[in-house]
Amino acid sequence: MKRVVITGQGTINALGENVPDTLAGFREGRLGIGPLSFPDVERLTVRIGGQINGFRAEDHFSRHEISFYDRFTQLALFAAREAISQSGLIFADALAESSGVVLGTAGGGLQTQDENYRAVYEQGKNRVHPFVVPRLMNNAAASHLSIVHNLRGPSFTVASACASSNHAMGQAFNLVRSGQAPVMITGGSESMLCFGGIKAWEGLRVMSRDACRPFSANRNGMVQGEGAAIFVFEDYDRARARNADILAEVAGFAMTSDASDIVMPSKQGAARAMSGALRDAGMASADVGYINAHGTGTIANDKTECAAIAEVFGADADGLMISSTKSMHGHLIGGTGAVELLAAIMALREGVIAPTIGYQRADPDCALDVVPNTARDAKVTAVLSNAFAFGGLNAVLALRAI
Amino acid sequence: MKSIRQEVLKIVAEQAVLDVSDIDLAASMESLGIDSLGLVEVIFAIEEQFDISVPFDSGQPANGAFDLSSIETIISGVQHLIEQKALLVDG
Repeated sequence: MKRVVITGQGTINALGENVPDTLAGFREGRLGIGPLSFPDVERLTVRIGGQINGFRAEDHFSRHEISFYDRFTQLALFAAREAISQSGLIFADALAESSGVVLGTAGGGLQTQDENYRAVYEQGKNRVHPFVVPRLMNNAAASHLSIVHNLRGPSFTVASACASSNHAMGQAFNLVRSGQAPVMITGGSESMLCFGGIKAWEGLRVMSRDACRPFSANRNGMVQGEGAAIFVFEDYDRARARNADILAEVAGFAMTSDASDIVMPSKQGAARAMSGALRDAGMASADVGYINAHGTGTIANDKTECAAIAEVFGADADGLMISSTKSMHGHLIGGTGAVELLAAIMALREGVIAPTIGYQRADPDCALDVVPNTARDAKVTAVLSNAFAFGGLNAVLALRAI
Repeated sequence: MKSIRQEVLKIVAEQAVLDVSDIDLAASMESLGIDSLGLVEVIFAIEEQFDISVPFDSGQPANGAFDLSSIETIISGVQHLIEQKALLVDG
């Protein structure tokens, strides 16, 4: 089996339009969540989110390209430019033939669906733009990435709600690890911040109207975000041979299913995913210094996740830091694990643990070190990144410093 | 009549990324560099502009009732559809 390393990363999210600005946001504990701005927002009860302000598609893509790119595709392509440029890779010949792209998304081209349902149902129009289908399909971002960067190997899209990105990165990891692909572009993208996107979530009554405060006793729900993060996963020997700048090693991955409830998380499913990732990476629980938690800010998630961590880590949980960066960039649903992996890599590379901001009151059900409100300097050599989806699908990545 | 011609030319020119003055009425869509997807976009824009329904199936472009062989035939097809629509509305 090959060792797998990360040789490029790129992002756009509410904290920044690139990796350095996003990491600065993590270090500062900056709040990227604010009032939402889009048509009919006044008809929503939830009016906050981690929206990207200032990104104009026309500044980055041609009119022809935009006719095919839903916002989730635009964000993925934008983040991929940064990641692939950092890696220094150019996909040609044999490398292009065998490299591919696996992305996670839950809603795909939801903005396109929302706009066009509006046109035909609300405005009573009888025709829609001819490219609605290729814009809204869930694999649009992965396909356009393959087209733009000449990736001719295995490419597909994974949809497992809030675990989509982690599941996608796990597939990319295994494709490189098994030798099927020398390089995989992976990560996720989501853009659900539109009237229909928020209205549907409102119905579940899991959304906060004021802030995302993971693990804080007074938390009152999740806050949505949008954006993308893209990574270059590469065979370690290949990366070494070309003297690439290696950001971290992807050491292990595990997925489990709760097989119990369509929305309520299970401690057992989460715990099995974490212990599975440790086992796959050959790590002992004492090796892990930091967990980027799923940490949605709902009571159901936070209590269950903390209980699962306590079960897996036992006495080692005392020396463990966990944090939820969703408090800063919001919950990117299918793209969330990808943006959160940036914080996991930052911990390994820079020795800075991103904080859980908005933390106000200790909760006895979450009696772990949640790195409240202020980033912390700490040397860690192994980290986990958790994602637990509606539908009881869990995916955990284990990373190691290199 | 003139405005229908001008509007169709404008739509085709935008799709072909050309100036209206550079478009020969006898030209085919293909010769202007407009591929099959581009053609679908042109038809959509014409439908939106004139509020008509153009009989066209990309699976059988040659079999449609609408002659797409040149800009001139497209313009006369559009004129015909607009006249038919006016008759329906008046009748």
